[in-house]
Amino acid sequence: MLQYNILIVEDSPTMRQLISFALKRLRGIRIVEANDGVDGLKKLSAERFDLILTDINMPIMDGLKLVSLVRNDANYKDTPIVVITTEGAQEDRERALALGANDYITKPIQPNRILEVAKGLLRIA
Amino acid sequence: MSKEEDKGMHGRAEEFLQVFKKGAEFTQELMRENERLRYRIIQLEESQSNMEGFPASTDDNRKLFQRIEELEREKEEILGRIRQVEAENQDFAARYIEIEEENNNLANLYIASYQLHSTLDFKEVLQIITEIIINLIGAEEFAILLLDEKSNEIQAVACEGIQRDSVPHVKLGKGIIGEVARTGENYFVEDVSTYVQDFHKPMVCIPLKIKEHVIGVLVIYKLLVQKTTFAAVDYELFTLLAGHAATAIFSSRLYSDSERKLSTIQGFIDLLTK
Repeated sequence: MLQYNILIVEDSPTMRQLISFALKRLRGIRIVEANDGVDGLKKLSAERFDLILTDINMPIMDGLKLVSLVRNDANYKDTPIVVITTEGAQEDRERALALGANDYITKPIQPNRILEVAKGLLRIA
Repeated sequence: MSKEEDKGMHGRAEEFLQVFKKGAEFTQELMRENERLRYRIIQLEESQSNMEGFPASTDDNRKLFQRIEELEREKEEILGRIRQVEAENQDFAARYIEIEEENNNLANLYIASYQLHSTLDFKEVLQIITEIIINLIGAEEFAILLLDEKSNEIQAVACEGIQRDSVPHVKLGKGIIGEVARTGENYFVEDVSTYVQDFHKPMVCIPLKIKEHVIGVLVIYKLLVQKTTFAAVDYELFTLLAGHAATAIFSSRLYSDSERKLSTIQGFIDLLTK
């Protein structure tokens, strides 16, 4: 069975648990969690991921920096990235998308929206 | 032959001719009638021979018509059943969406409650409450206030998006915040969209209660830009926060106090035993 590796980069354990819960409804997925951007990069260097979901406001390295670094990495230039954030302004969305994010989800968290975006990017029917 | 005899003969001949003509006309009429009747017989014979091509007698036709009617009725019944099944399918689809929504909401509530009771560290508890309010409710500016039972004053212990000194110290029973702390009843402004920020009159004020005992309140002053109104699950989250957050705060404070007392006692014991 096809297995998708998904990386969640989020400093809040509550959010990580909520995102994981939403994604666990997809069959054949494996979730890896990271506390911040630097932790996310470490996990990315250790194994291959099919989808990355990241928060923006995090300590040590924020989500936008992570998006930028991932997009400039030849190994991950095509990996879908979803930004999940409290920043709902249009300019924030545009900035994230310009850096290379594939989608932008605003909080409060909606499990169905996360699931729908993940299915679309992983091309799961 | 005399003239008179000749006249009489002529008259009789005339009469005879007349009778003969009538007889001839009558004969012709009879022949025409005969012809008409023969034609009619031929017509009837033909129509009878045509009827022999059909398999059905009137009885068979009636049976066939009955069968057609039965099949029509069956077709109507089947179409009715299909319509019923379609309507049921739509109901199931709508119910599925509702259940999925409910499932999501329950998951949110479960995770919030799970996180709230995952630690006995007071600061961590406050941090988790803050995360729940931001990520699940969608508030941008808010504060957690606790009641000092000695002074009956309510003070902010954690804030998000605002300075702690902006949040007023409120006496129990005074203003909206004090009244919520006194009565233990939730307060919401009628229309979130028209709310004007006032630190004494929050948009939302939720008492943090352990059973009926209020230990503090949660006040919200501003929602995230994308959050324009409260959903049904938000009210459930507020109810959950009112109970679980209060218990988590109370337990963590109690634990901190007992830890402190324990270390003090341990210090005394160490002094005495040395």
